[in-house]
Amino acid sequence: MNANLYRRRQRINKIGISLSMVAMALGLTALLWILTVLVGKGLAGLDFNIFTQSTPAPGSEGGGLANAIVGSLMMLGFTTLVCTPIGIFAGVYLAEYGSNGWFGETTRFVTDIMLSAPSIVIGLFIYAIVVAPAGHFSGWAGSIALSLIAIPVIVRTTENMLKLVPGSLREAAFALGAPRWRVATFVTLRAAQSGVITGLLLAVARISGETAPLLFTALNNQFFTTDMSRPMANLPVVIFQFAMSPYDNWIRLAWTGALLITFAVLILNIIARVLFRDKVQS
Amino acid sequence: MNTSSATLQASPTAGLAPALKVRDLDFFYGKFQGLKSINLDIATHKVTAFIGPSGCGKSTLLRTLNRMYSLYPGQRAEGVIEFEGANILDPKQDVNLLRAKIGMVFQKPTPFPMSIYDNIAFGVKLYENLSKSDMDDRVEWALTKSALWGEVKDKLRQSGLSLSGGQQQRLCIARSVAVKPSVILLDEPTSALDPISTAKVETLVHELKSDYTVAIVTHNMQQAARVSDFTAYMYLGEMIEFGKTDEIFIKPKQKQTEDYITGRFG
Repeated sequence: MNANLYRRRQRINKIGISLSMVAMALGLTALLWILTVLVGKGLAGLDFNIFTQSTPAPGSEGGGLANAIVGSLMMLGFTTLVCTPIGIFAGVYLAEYGSNGWFGETTRFVTDIMLSAPSIVIGLFIYAIVVAPAGHFSGWAGSIALSLIAIPVIVRTTENMLKLVPGSLREAAFALGAPRWRVATFVTLRAAQSGVITGLLLAVARISGETAPLLFTALNNQFFTTDMSRPMANLPVVIFQFAMSPYDNWIRLAWTGALLITFAVLILNIIARVLFRDKVQS
Repeated sequence: MNTSSATLQASPTAGLAPALKVRDLDFFYGKFQGLKSINLDIATHKVTAFIGPSGCGKSTLLRTLNRMYSLYPGQRAEGVIEFEGANILDPKQDVNLLRAKIGMVFQKPTPFPMSIYDNIAFGVKLYENLSKSDMDDRVEWALTKSALWGEVKDKLRQSGLSLSGGQQQRLCIARSVAVKPSVILLDEPTSALDPISTAKVETLVHELKSDYTVAIVTHNMQQAARVSDFTAYMYLGEMIEFGKTDEIFIKPKQKQTEDYITGRFG
């Protein structure tokens, strides 16, 4: 063995590892910093009133985020209901049926463009085709904008998860005389189940913090409402408006709202990771 | 390469009813020709083995017999494979129905991500509408047939993935048997198994032939000698020799076959 060469490789290895450690430390520092500031400032305002009272009027004391929390949950819930079937069906189509045809290729291309489309453009688009003709902002418009962001994420993760299912499993099902739709639904989708759910959760996590598309669609509502055909309060827009306000209690609420969203996203991500880990182990 | 004598000689399966008749079969992966003018009869209720070095086309041949290749655009077969009086290569052939009649077991065990019971029931439900108790009977019958019933009868609700590799492979055989096909194709069914599991599967193959026609691809020549009635030796997409297994292994007519079997080549 060439001792010099071996030592040189060891040196290069050490340099490589050191560089990656530095990169990881930088990323972790940023993340921890954000979390510390968020917890420090947000926790102070976190009390029971946050969940029972609506956002306060300018100049009034106290108040909570109940209208924004409910508004966000309703819009996210509706978005998830709409996106899940559309996204999964489209993903199954791409992975099991249209892997080669022009239609599949085009769908995949369009999905990729949608994935990287700036969310503010999507907000403006829904403003132009839904909000402007209707004459007012609405929770529905907000949900539609969020759906346009979530669907491509679900389509691509579903497709990728299905593609991870070994071809031998598909062949085994076909070898029993199973028609294609049956193979797709009963065998491959089931095998990719936890990966697909993971993708779904990550898509929900992704849209739960989106602000730009909601600014032009759902906007905000100072009052508590469950009527999605009216402007609707939601956490991201409340944070955006309150953080820039001159009122101390508004700024405090903005921090608390940011903390709530961050933890919701964190929990969704953890659930997704746990689900996916179980899949990999089995 | 001299293959004429293989095709001209009297058919080794003469006098036996053929389950599948292969005539002038050519197979193409895009521009590459994977099979060249294959002719043979696969006799009913016998085991026919395909041997040959890697890439000789034995798996390809097996995959034409249930049209598995049609899943992949760019792969095509020309010629005639006669099964139940019709040419299965005919584009009008319903491939799902064909595959229900010609089952296949693969190299790697591929249990579906569902319970042992449902693994068996999945295929049966495709073409039969059985009552709960009839389905129970069918599952037990198929598992018994594949020598697995004793090992799994108390855990039918457990995932098929929880079984050992050898058990998984027998589960896959049970799954094929359960739909009551007339032909079973085995594509190197023991190459991923340990010797004990291999022995069990081989015994199984032997027992299956009383009810089914079996075609098996194997890398293991001893296995071909042990389980089969007829053996085909293939090389570079051509059928070099086809005959009774005893004759192929004891006194092959072709020098090439002899070289492969004795280990001088391959």
